[in-house]
Amino acid sequence: MSDSHNHLIDNSLSGKIKQNVGVSLARCYQCGKCSAGCPVSSDMDFPPSLLIRKLQTGLPEHEEEVLRSKSIWYCLTCEMCISRCPMEVDIPPMMDYLRSESLRLKKENPAAKNIIRFHKAFLDSIEQTGRLYEMGLIVDYKARALNLIQDVALAPSMFAKGKLKIMPELIKNRKNIKQIFKKTINKKQK
Amino acid sequence: MARIGVFICHCGENISATVDCSKVAQVAATFPGVVHSVDYKYMCSDPGQTLVGNAIKEHNLTGVVVSACSPRMHEPTFRRACAEAGLNPYQCEMANLREHCSWVHERNEKTDDKAIDLVRMLVEKVKRNNALQPIKVPVTKTALVIGGGVAGIQAALDIANAGHKVIMVEREPSIGGHMSQLSETFPTLDCSQCILTPRMVEVAQNPNIKLYTYAEIESVEGFVGNFAVKIRKKAKSIDESKCNGCGLCTTKCPNKKNPNEFELGMAKRPAIYVPFPQAVPNIPVIDKTQCTYYKTGKCKICEKVCQANAIQFDQQDEIIEVLVGAIAICTGFDIKKTDFFPEYGYGKHKDIIDGLQFERLASASGPTNGEIRRPSDGQVPKKIVFVACAGSRDPAKGIEYCSKICCMYTAKHAILYKHKVHDGTAYIFYMDIRAAGKNYDEFTRRAIEEDDAKYIRGRVSKIYERDGKLIVVGADTLMGAQTVEIEADMVVVATAGVANQGAEKLAQILHVSYDQHKFFSEAHPKLKPVETNTAGIYLAGACQSPKDIPESVAAASGVAGKISCLFSNSELTREPLIAVVDRLAPPLYSSCTGCFMCQSVCPYNAIEREEIKDRNGNLVKQLAFINPGLCQGCGTCVAVCKSKSIDIEGYTNSQMYSEVDALLNF
Amino acid sequence: MKLGFYPGCSLEGASREYNESVMAIAEEMGIELVSIPDWNCCGATAAHNMDKELSLSLPARNLALAEEAGLTELVVPCAACYSRFCATQHELMHDENLHKKINGIIEKEYKGNLRILNVIQFIEEFIIDKLEDKMKFEFNKKVACYYGCLLVRPNKVLNFDRTEDPQTMDAVMKKLGADSIDWAFKTECCGAGFSVSFTEAVGRLSGQIIEDAEHRGAEAMIVACPMCHSNLDMRRPEINKYNKKKSDMPVIYITQAIGLALGIDRNKLGLQRHFVPVKLKDFKPYAKKTVVENPQKMEVE
Repeated sequence: MSDSHNHLIDNSLSGKIKQNVGVSLARCYQCGKCSAGCPVSSDMDFPPSLLIRKLQTGLPEHEEEVLRSKSIWYCLTCEMCISRCPMEVDIPPMMDYLRSESLRLKKENPAAKNIIRFHKAFLDSIEQTGRLYEMGLIVDYKARALNLIQDVALAPSMFAKGKLKIMPELIKNRKNIKQIFKKTINKKQK
Repeated sequence: MARIGVFICHCGENISATVDCSKVAQVAATFPGVVHSVDYKYMCSDPGQTLVGNAIKEHNLTGVVVSACSPRMHEPTFRRACAEAGLNPYQCEMANLREHCSWVHERNEKTDDKAIDLVRMLVEKVKRNNALQPIKVPVTKTALVIGGGVAGIQAALDIANAGHKVIMVEREPSIGGHMSQLSETFPTLDCSQCILTPRMVEVAQNPNIKLYTYAEIESVEGFVGNFAVKIRKKAKSIDESKCNGCGLCTTKCPNKKNPNEFELGMAKRPAIYVPFPQAVPNIPVIDKTQCTYYKTGKCKICEKVCQANAIQFDQQDEIIEVLVGAIAICTGFDIKKTDFFPEYGYGKHKDIIDGLQFERLASASGPTNGEIRRPSDGQVPKKIVFVACAGSRDPAKGIEYCSKICCMYTAKHAILYKHKVHDGTAYIFYMDIRAAGKNYDEFTRRAIEEDDAKYIRGRVSKIYERDGKLIVVGADTLMGAQTVEIEADMVVVATAGVANQGAEKLAQILHVSYDQHKFFSEAHPKLKPVETNTAGIYLAGACQSPKDIPESVAAASGVAGKISCLFSNSELTREPLIAVVDRLAPPLYSSCTGCFMCQSVCPYNAIEREEIKDRNGNLVKQLAFINPGLCQGCGTCVAVCKSKSIDIEGYTNSQMYSEVDALLNF
Repeated sequence: MKLGFYPGCSLEGASREYNESVMAIAEEMGIELVSIPDWNCCGATAAHNMDKELSLSLPARNLALAEEAGLTELVVPCAACYSRFCATQHELMHDENLHKKINGIIEKEYKGNLRILNVIQFIEEFIIDKLEDKMKFEFNKKVACYYGCLLVRPNKVLNFDRTEDPQTMDAVMKKLGADSIDWAFKTECCGAGFSVSFTEAVGRLSGQIIEDAEHRGAEAMIVACPMCHSNLDMRRPEINKYNKKKSDMPVIYITQAIGLALGIDRNKLGLQRHFVPVKLKDFKPYAKKTVVENPQKMEVE
């Protein structure tokens, strides 16, 4: 009698999470402690434990919902969930993974557009100068978000308090930084 | 002359599908010494055993080799069959053609050859087997029951009523355990002390039971049927023979501010105290670490007021030595305190209490006379939150198991609360409702349907205090994991059940196994739930794992049954497969040189030093002697003996070498 | 004495006063903080939200540069940068393949020999013992110490202070003579990086924090993270809107609190840069406890 325990490769999103992030969603027994402790739970479409439940079913329509959710972008990565979880389900790296998958598959939730624009504007700034140039970030973000009015009142006081640099600070080895971007985030977007 | 019978079993198809059994039987018939060789479908069956018996009588067999499954399965079966037919059972051996052959190989000639080799080895061995007699060990018909909770009480009464003596040792000043702290018991809502105290009094009055309270086990030596136990009877500072239990000393003691352990810190007690009014024995105890006289040399008021002259300040601990035949471990369990929960405030909020503390509040003899009141300000809570499953099923906190009783007692608490506070509301955050016992599920339904308990499915993530109220933040996972925030007056946390204090130390004194949570280990989780791996030591109740009262009582009666069974003979029989140090004629007496390496390596302390004396009483030499009552036949001494003076009956060196020779020289 | 130092983008920009106060107290204690030459942004929230390898490479470059410069400790006052550095160190040290990959991407080798210290660890190790000699004032105010998320979580990686009701910052403030209150929002998130992109959330989360501290009588809030400071200070209008009442409670950095106790000039500590005015004053002069050498002699006199 030959050994025929042929484990099927798990292509579900839950399986990929186990393989790439090392987080086993089967451990979640839906106690809800993460959702109760999550500061932005009320803003999310699916609180963390419900998000995990959807992934546990393995159904494609649920996986789609997860990748297109507001939840993954509203998540602050404050790490409260993992600090409370009795089964030590490491949600923060799972959220990071879901975010990058959502971007890769172009399934970002429209409500999260501003948040993603901000991240992109932030990273663009670093890619150019090596350090955050806040003026550049604000201009870039506002241009992306088409949000010209918000925080306009703040700028003068920021200047007055010496908190806004007029010129960006350029690091010397900007080439090194550009290489890093090329080999990581920009590689995937090609 | 050897006359060996060989029996090859097909084991249905387990062996015969892979091994050609009839061929093996035919080849075995040609082995020197084999006079009878057959194969059969099911050797362990009735007809199969009859085959063996008949063959023994017909052919005057001097040894039998049954080639079948593992001896762990059926060695006792076939040895019994041989004994019945008149052949010494230790002249029956089994060759494992199943686990060692047919189950691990493919069907081919090589497999058949292996099967033949295995039979050949055992034939050579059994030719050298000696007829052995079982060892008889005397039994002392007194049982030791450690722990005076409901399990210990049940075990002691059952054993005593079976006519045997019982010694009960309880660590606290009174017996009763946690059950005496409970208000009512589920699912009947019987008053806990009302059903327990009659039993407690029975224990005190039963002529077969000797009760030592405020006492602990100091040491245990010996083996089943013959345990030598030292009990440390801690000094109560009271002469028990004189004290009449009037209690005057406890009322007059000026040192009244000590935390009351029975009331779980929610009340105070004097330094001389009786733990609770229904205590058995009703004799007070002086806590030497708190008593003013012991600390400063001043006071002695209790001595002055005692009309019976029972106060004895110079009383010392007493070591009592007893001999018992069996030991029952009934030491119970404990629960985690609220300081175990960082997210609930590390125990700093007085109005967050644990389940046992709630029992004391609900109890008519408790610190609030049965009224549910907040420990902080004595107000009656109108909104109470019960947090079930706190700390249990929680690998992050190191407790991955379920504590079994919390679902039930939380429902009970909600019911009791509602009976006492009619206009109050009880919320229960739960994970699952584990109500698997008789009438248990109906009981939890009663809490929900009749007593209006509001069950919310989800755990509590955080509790903090604000303006005297407790803000409980949990989730309702049946509503899409919506956050639920409740402003509660009081919170009862159903904390995890854990091993009792001192469990590890006791386990080591008794040489009993325990797990990583310090619960004692049963010998087999399914078939031997009340025995340990140490012969003669049994366990009952929550010391093995968290369990409720009916299970503890049932286990205790089970233990009593086992012990009565042990005591039903005046002698115990043991398998004679033990190590023996050789004995020769004088002047050698033995090839043993008296180095006693064996004694230092024996894990069972089974080796003694025997003094050999001449006719005039002068010491000639000291030899190693192996106690047949203790030896487990592990063989460690055989391995270290430099003079090769030790052998194991049934596995002698010559028998073992003959198997190897049979294999190599063919 | 010299210590490695990573300011991070906030300290150079919008949270300049944090940098100023760190430098001020370091100078007072005779500590030279040596910045990593040519350091880059650690990537903060944006990097790990968008790409894992980027989020590890940016900090790893800094760590490698620090090692190259011969630094053994790295003081990282920004809690977010501290979190990213510790996370990177932890991941690289526990996954050999990942470590090699990231070394390849940054074209440098990080060996893993740095000790990464947050501002409180810096204070505990290098400042606190010298305080008694140099303190001029007692910080005799009721304060709420706000730790935020990233100083204490995840515990497995940081192994610094307890995740619920931490006490390290409170201990520092107590040493300065403050009445550090027990309150319920010590480690609840302030809204993190959503200051610009999801401001309503910051209004709510930071609002709850300010409200609880004020309800319990705190006169000031002490922080150790520039993002938290910005949310609690710069976003005060949103907080007031959420709470439907105006709060004047100042929010200052732990290093500024120490600076005030040391009697350092307020402008040197950057207090004028705050949006919510820091009106704290009337500190009690600090009387150092004298050690009585010879009790008997004292009695005779």
